[in-house]
Amino acid sequence: MKITFNWLKDHLKTNLKEKNLLDQLTNIGLEVENVESASTDNEFFKVAKIIKTEKHPNADRLQVCDVDVGEKEIKKVVCGALNAKKGLLTIYAPPGAIIPKTKAKLVIAKIRDVVSYGMLCSESELNLSDESNGIIELSKSKYENSVGKSYFKKSSTNYIDLSITPNRPDCLGVRGIARDLVASGFGKLKNIKEKKIKSKIKQTLSVKINKEKGQACSVFGSCLITNVKNTESPKWLKDKLISVGQKPISAIVDITNYVMLDINRPLHAYDADKIEKGIVVRNSRFGEEFTALDNKNYKLENGMCVISDNKGVLGLGGIIGGTRSSTEIDTKNILLESAYFEPSSIRKTSKKLNLDTDAKFRFERGIDPLSIEDGLNKAALLIAEICGGEISKIDIQKIENFKTKKIKFDTNLFQKVSGLKISNKKMFKILDNLGFKFKKEKKYLELTVPSWRPDISKPIDIVEELARINGYDQIKLIEPRKERYKPTLNKLQKLFHFLQRSVATKGYFEVITWSFTDPNYNNFFRENKKEIKIVNPLSSEIGVLRNSIFSNLIYYIRKNLNRDIKDVSLFEIGPIFSGSNPGEQETVLGGLRSGKIARTSWIENERKVDIFDVKKDIIQTLIEAGYEKSKIYIDDITPNYYHPGKSGRIFLNKEKDKIAGYFGEIHPNIIKKIDIKTEALVGFEIFVDNLKKPQKLLKDRKSVYQVSDFQKSERDFAFIIDKNFKSQRLIEIISSVNPNLINNINIFDVYQGDNVPSDKKSIAINVSIQSLDKPLKDQDLEKVNKLIIDTVEKQTGAKIRS
Amino acid sequence: MLDLKKIREEYISKLNSKLNLLQVNQLKADLLGKNGLISNQFKKIGSIKGSERKKYSSELNNIKDELLDLINSKINEIEISDINEKLQKEKVDITLPERPFLRGKIHPVSQTIDEISSIFSEIGFSVEEGPDVENEYNNFTALNTPEHHPARDMHDTFYLDEKKQKLLRTHTSPVQIRTMLRDKPPFKIIAPGRTYRSDSDQTHAPMFHQVEGLYIDKDINMGHLKGCLNYFIKEFFEVNKIKMRFRPSHFPFTEPSAEVDIGYKIKDGKIIIGEGDKWLEILGCGMVHPNVLKNVKVDPEKFQGYAFGIGIDRLAMLKYGINDLRAFFECDYRWLNHFGFDPLDVPTNYRGLSR
Repeated sequence: MKITFNWLKDHLKTNLKEKNLLDQLTNIGLEVENVESASTDNEFFKVAKIIKTEKHPNADRLQVCDVDVGEKEIKKVVCGALNAKKGLLTIYAPPGAIIPKTKAKLVIAKIRDVVSYGMLCSESELNLSDESNGIIELSKSKYENSVGKSYFKKSSTNYIDLSITPNRPDCLGVRGIARDLVASGFGKLKNIKEKKIKSKIKQTLSVKINKEKGQACSVFGSCLITNVKNTESPKWLKDKLISVGQKPISAIVDITNYVMLDINRPLHAYDADKIEKGIVVRNSRFGEEFTALDNKNYKLENGMCVISDNKGVLGLGGIIGGTRSSTEIDTKNILLESAYFEPSSIRKTSKKLNLDTDAKFRFERGIDPLSIEDGLNKAALLIAEICGGEISKIDIQKIENFKTKKIKFDTNLFQKVSGLKISNKKMFKILDNLGFKFKKEKKYLELTVPSWRPDISKPIDIVEELARINGYDQIKLIEPRKERYKPTLNKLQKLFHFLQRSVATKGYFEVITWSFTDPNYNNFFRENKKEIKIVNPLSSEIGVLRNSIFSNLIYYIRKNLNRDIKDVSLFEIGPIFSGSNPGEQETVLGGLRSGKIARTSWIENERKVDIFDVKKDIIQTLIEAGYEKSKIYIDDITPNYYHPGKSGRIFLNKEKDKIAGYFGEIHPNIIKKIDIKTEALVGFEIFVDNLKKPQKLLKDRKSVYQVSDFQKSERDFAFIIDKNFKSQRLIEIISSVNPNLINNINIFDVYQGDNVPSDKKSIAINVSIQSLDKPLKDQDLEKVNKLIIDTVEKQTGAKIRS
Repeated sequence: MLDLKKIREEYISKLNSKLNLLQVNQLKADLLGKNGLISNQFKKIGSIKGSERKKYSSELNNIKDELLDLINSKINEIEISDINEKLQKEKVDITLPERPFLRGKIHPVSQTIDEISSIFSEIGFSVEEGPDVENEYNNFTALNTPEHHPARDMHDTFYLDEKKQKLLRTHTSPVQIRTMLRDKPPFKIIAPGRTYRSDSDQTHAPMFHQVEGLYIDKDINMGHLKGCLNYFIKEFFEVNKIKMRFRPSHFPFTEPSAEVDIGYKIKDGKIIIGEGDKWLEILGCGMVHPNVLKNVKVDPEKFQGYAFGIGIDRLAMLKYGINDLRAFFECDYRWLNHFGFDPLDVPTNYRGLSR
């Protein structure tokens, strides 16, 4: 909503300055978004005289004009207007000026090899009218002596752009803003005596509102103005509209706009001669069509509120008029409409038709139903004053009476909610200024809500009015209470944060990517999950919810590699989705590593990252998070986006209840298809929601401290075993031989090749043997040794290597 | 006796010359070996008579001790000098790079969420979460924003079905609804999380982060709301003074509603919070609307309180001088390295939010 201080002063008596105004507007909730001085831009535009014109050497339709702009130097300007001729007085815009219509800044430009210093302007380019045919022709008598002077008068007032919240339709009119300001103590409201139409002529055009289900129009007021002569608006009116960034069009249109901006009363003017046998306000029928004032054809559905005549739809009530009945410069007889339309209906219709107009914006927020006659009086009298003609009586058709809202307000509620006490006197004054009527009862106030405040219906709304107008700054802050009802984080949240930082300590950079992704990338990692499409995505490349944490990660790994960053480790912890219902999501931590370890190091051998790097990362993270290493169980059943031979699935126990995670090499086909240029790409996923939350607190999780100071012995074994035999099982077997004595098992060599049959491998294992309660004798150790060898050989078919 | 003195003088002189370990050991053997000069003198003791014997024996022992001490100290001296010489030879270029290491980083948004949680933890709030996909009811209707309410225009919503019943939550406020439907008052929660709007330019991303706050009890009023936010902003920006402005605004789910601006100024191209006469909007808040409480079966006659919603990304940008919102989600390694945090920098109450 754009206003000027000058316009406000039509309604407001005040000696305060604009600076105070801006502060006060914001303080009462009418936020000042922007203040622009209209003058600075406009000073560029100067009255100029064309001295000479000649044809452009390289273009038939262009002329090169010598222009006197009141400076020593004559400017050369290339111009395409047919009316540019010697002696013409017009308006010149120099380089640097911003053209109001296009908002483009002029520069010195070569037009077909001829340099043009600025531009000669049309009325439309300066937003003075729609006239775009040719440049402005200024009257000789008036402007002959003004060459070089600024065309626009230096405007002393800024235009103020307010952000009006959707609950305040009343402040979409200058009067409403003034009322709020006055309530807050900023000036006095001018008591404007509204003139009323005094006419004996009947409104002869019949108007009927169909009483039907869902009828959105409850009141339709109108009057006829006959024998008008539509014309250009007078200067005061044009200036007023221009001052808030509106473009003057013709007196009739300008007047309806003016009334709308001034008191938020949208009106519509019809060319009465184009209406066939009176107006019927009714619901539309499916398939009806009409051409609206935006020159677009609209096909209507059932139940939209239309203003129609015998021939069909004239316009959409409260949204947009039609071209068939629009006023033109030669319009003689006008029907002026002032009606009330139901906000939700306006909104439904405009959404369906994808139509956004100023009238719609106002009606969907709620127009004062009691402003119908005010609007007609004000506009009709102005039209008659400017365009002549005779005004008829006002005709009001109504299918419903407006009911005033009443609220029982317990004044104590204000203090209870705001924490602030104000006197009843002050309270009454604020409410009175805002237009409330009130009756004091014993325990409460009975308030009558002004008709222009559709947003107010409850006592709490009154609290807001009082708090807002009295000033939020009056409310004293109270130091926060520290009482707590629950721990800050629950166990799952603690685990989330722990995993996040644990993975980061392993050299990964945390990223946050969008929860949606490219369906092509998503498909690589989707497996058999359902694709979840966004109905209205910003672009098809982010058109689906991600089914996996990898799709975005791999996309950004690739992007970083393309930036020539070679060794990239990224992780993200966040949601992935399995369906489009709330809750069909789970939290996953995914990490990807690419490239090499110790690249170009003088001391370490560089090597590619491999699956045992990511296996270390995931296992270490799980152990750090409190899961027992000895219980972790791994098999090789993994999703198809991993290398089938180089990937593993992790469980927190052998019972395999829920998958804790995966690790492995990303499938080479995917790397090839996505065209990722790296030596190696490995990754892991942790399914955070699948991890069992520890039941006990950390303090209760520590078991009894038990260590042995008896001598520890170490023994090495090498077994020749089936090539496909899993080392995990071997360790399990050895450990089960005597869990009390065997307390550490390490694989220190795996070998395939010479001296080992091709279907076998050699695994070398180091076993630590130690007793908690006695020193072990040689024969004890020998016994354990033998038992290990026997058990392994028996259970696995392996042979000890001699 | 003469012999003894002679031996002593001779060997002291020998031991005081420059010797290596081998030579010292040779001298030691010469003196104290099986047939060493001193050893031999001990053998003589038996043949000495009377009072001479004691004297001789004492003299001999003294000389032996003296020479042995000298030998040992000489050995020690040589050993130290040998080691030193050896170590000197082992000297490496210690300015060569250390073994390569990797350093991870925490994303600034995660860090900011932890900071926010830590601050609100101090005044008794607990953290709640809700799903990213919401139904239309929780996201709008329950929050007093019925269908065909113009306030819905402020939320460009991503929908997951044609009927517009399922959507990506446009704010974290539905977590209020879920929490209040599930539990009984009082409620004192914050809910950080991902939020979505179909909007994308320099200052808007289709996904961003918000933290919701909700405090409902019997007597929570706007003064508490002001106090809480004043405390939060001061703590978050780690400044002692803050300029804060409550400005009336409108949200369907709160009444009265306010937007909060903080004062700032620009100094040397950097934004300074808490000083200056410019205002920056950082959050929306208000007293929870009685309709919302009714929708979640909380009696608005008995309970009241406040709610607020803060843009996390925006706060992170302000605090850490990040200019471009979209960079948060572009995963540029260089950017992450620059703006990311060390994983060990966990914001906590006891040691402060940051180092």
